[in-house]
Amino acid sequence: MAQPSEAPASGTRLVDHFQRGLDAPICLTWELTYACNLSCVHCLSSSGRRDPRELDTAEARSVIDELRRMQVFYVNIGGGEPTVRPDFFELVSYATGSGVGVKFSTNGVRITPAAARRLAADGYVDVQVSLDGATPEVNDAVRGPGSYATAMRALGALAGAGLAEPKLSVVVTRHNAGQLDDFKRIADEHGARLRLTRLRPAGRGADVWDELHPTADQQRALYDWLLEHGEEVLTGDSFFHLSAYGRALPGLNLCGAGRVVCLIDPVGDVYACPFAIHDRFRAGSVRGPGGFAAVWRGSGLFAELRRPQDGGACSSCGAYDSCRGGCMAAKFFTGLPLDGPDPECVKGHGAAALAEVVPGSAPAPSCDHSHRTRPRRAGPVPVAIGRRPPEATAAPPAAPCDESPLAGFSPAAPEA
Amino acid sequence: MQPAPAPGPAPPGPSGFDPGRAWALHPRVSVRPEPFGALLYHFDTRRLSFLKDRLLLDVVRALGERPSARAACEHAGVPAGLLPRYERALAALAAGGMLVPRDGEP
Ligand code: SF4
Ligand code: SF4
Repeated sequence: MAQPSEAPASGTRLVDHFQRGLDAPICLTWELTYACNLSCVHCLSSSGRRDPRELDTAEARSVIDELRRMQVFYVNIGGGEPTVRPDFFELVSYATGSGVGVKFSTNGVRITPAAARRLAADGYVDVQVSLDGATPEVNDAVRGPGSYATAMRALGALAGAGLAEPKLSVVVTRHNAGQLDDFKRIADEHGARLRLTRLRPAGRGADVWDELHPTADQQRALYDWLLEHGEEVLTGDSFFHLSAYGRALPGLNLCGAGRVVCLIDPVGDVYACPFAIHDRFRAGSVRGPGGFAAVWRGSGLFAELRRPQDGGACSSCGAYDSCRGGCMAAKFFTGLPLDGPDPECVKGHGAAALAEVVPGSAPAPSCDHSHRTRPRRAGPVPVAIGRRPPEATAAPPAAPCDESPLAGFSPAAPEA
Repeated sequence: MQPAPAPGPAPPGPSGFDPGRAWALHPRVSVRPEPFGALLYHFDTRRLSFLKDRLLLDVVRALGERPSARAACEHAGVPAGLLPRYERALAALAAGGMLVPRDGEP
C-alpha cells in the first residue's frame, strides 16, 4: 500500500468492499453430483440422476488444487446427495489435506457410524443434515418416505462419533414454520446447531414455491423468532430481506452472488449463486482455459454484478440499506425485475408485483436431473434476459447457498 | 473512521491484551490478502474476520518474528500517533482467538 498510514476513507464499509468483489470467493458451493437417492419436491438443483458429464475424480482434485491456491477457506459441498459419489470421502480428505475446509450437506443416507467416525476425526469437516419437518409427517411429505428416520439416524451417528456440532439444516416452509421450537429441541438433543434457510424458487423449488413459501404472518413470526435466538441459530444470511421489518439480522445483508459466493455445478459450470442456475447467471466453466480462477476474476457477468447496483423501484424504500431489494434469484425465478422488490418483500410490494407477472412467463431453470418417475410441470420457455442465448444442452440447476459466506461474521470486529 | 486522538502507548485493554508481549497468529488461522486488507479464517472456531487495511496486515505478518506486538507495529511502519489504534485492532483479534501469546508456548 502506498499510503500505509491512510485508513480507508470513513464510510467505506466492509459491505461496500464485498460488493465490489474479492480476489476469491468466501463461500463457494460445489455440487458434486446430480445423483440423489431422494426426490425432494423443493430440490433447488432439480437433482435425481447423475449427469454423465460430471467432473471425474482427477478433475475434481484439480479444482481443489485451484481452491487451495486461491486460498478459499472452505467449500460447501452439496448435490444431489454428494455422499453417493464413490470418491466422496477421497475428495473430502484431499480437500482438507490441502487446507480447504469442507462443509457438506447430506440427507444422511450414507452417514453410518463408521462414516461418522471418519468425519469426526477430520477437524476441517462440518456436516449439515437436512430435515424439513420436525415430525415425520411434515418432513416426509416434502423429502420422501423414510427420510425423517434417515436424518435422525445420521444425527445420532454423528453425535455418537463426537463430531463437533453437526448442523441440522432446515428450509423454512409454510408447513414447518410453526415448528421452529421443535427443530431447536431436536438439534439440542443431538448436540447439533440449528440452521434455518430460506426457500427459494430455484430448481424444483420453483414448481412448489407458491404453495410452500411462508405466508406473510409466518415471515413475521420467523423474524421475531430469529431475533430472539440471535447467534444460537445459523441462517446462512439468507433472510436478510426480513431486516426490512426493523432491526438488521446478524450477517452482512448483502446478496453475495458473484461477489463473495458462487456455485460450481457437477459438470464444472460456474454460476453466480447456487440458487441461480440459469444461463443468465452462468459465468463460465472450470473446464475452460484458466480454470475456476479465470472465471472468478474474468467473467463479464461477475464484473457486472460487482458494479454498483441500481436499487430500481426499491431505492426509495426506507429499508433499502439493510434489505437491498432481497434475493436476486428469488426475483428472477418468479418473473420479477431484478432491480425491484423481492417476491417476499415484507412491505408487501413483492406480492403486488407478483400479481402482475403473466402466468408462465417466469424463467425456468436451464436443466433438470429429476428422477423420471415424477411428472415435471409443463415448463415455460426461458425468457431471453441474458446476453447469452439459452443453450438447450448446457447447464443444470443448483442447490443450497448453504453456509452463510458470513455466518458468525461480525462486521464490527477489528478495525484499524 | 477517526484517527485515535490518544497519543502514547495504550494500557492493556479490558481483554488483557498486552502489546508489550510477543504474539503470533493462531496456528489454525489462515490469512488471505485482499485489495482492502485481508480476510482471516479460524479453522477451529470457523470464524471469519478481516483486517481493514494493508498496514494492519503487515503488522499481523510481522507479529511472529518480533519480540512484542508494539515492535511488530514499529517494524511495519505504523506511525507513532496511530499505535493505539493498531493495538486496539490487535486486541480485538486476540479477544477473538485469532492471535495467541507466543511466550506461553512450550
Ligand atoms: S441470489 Fe439470492 S441466494 Fe443467491 S446470493 Fe443473492 S440473495 Fe443469496
Ligand atoms: S421495497 Fe425493496 S428494499 Fe424495501 S422492503 Fe421491499 S424488497 Fe426490501
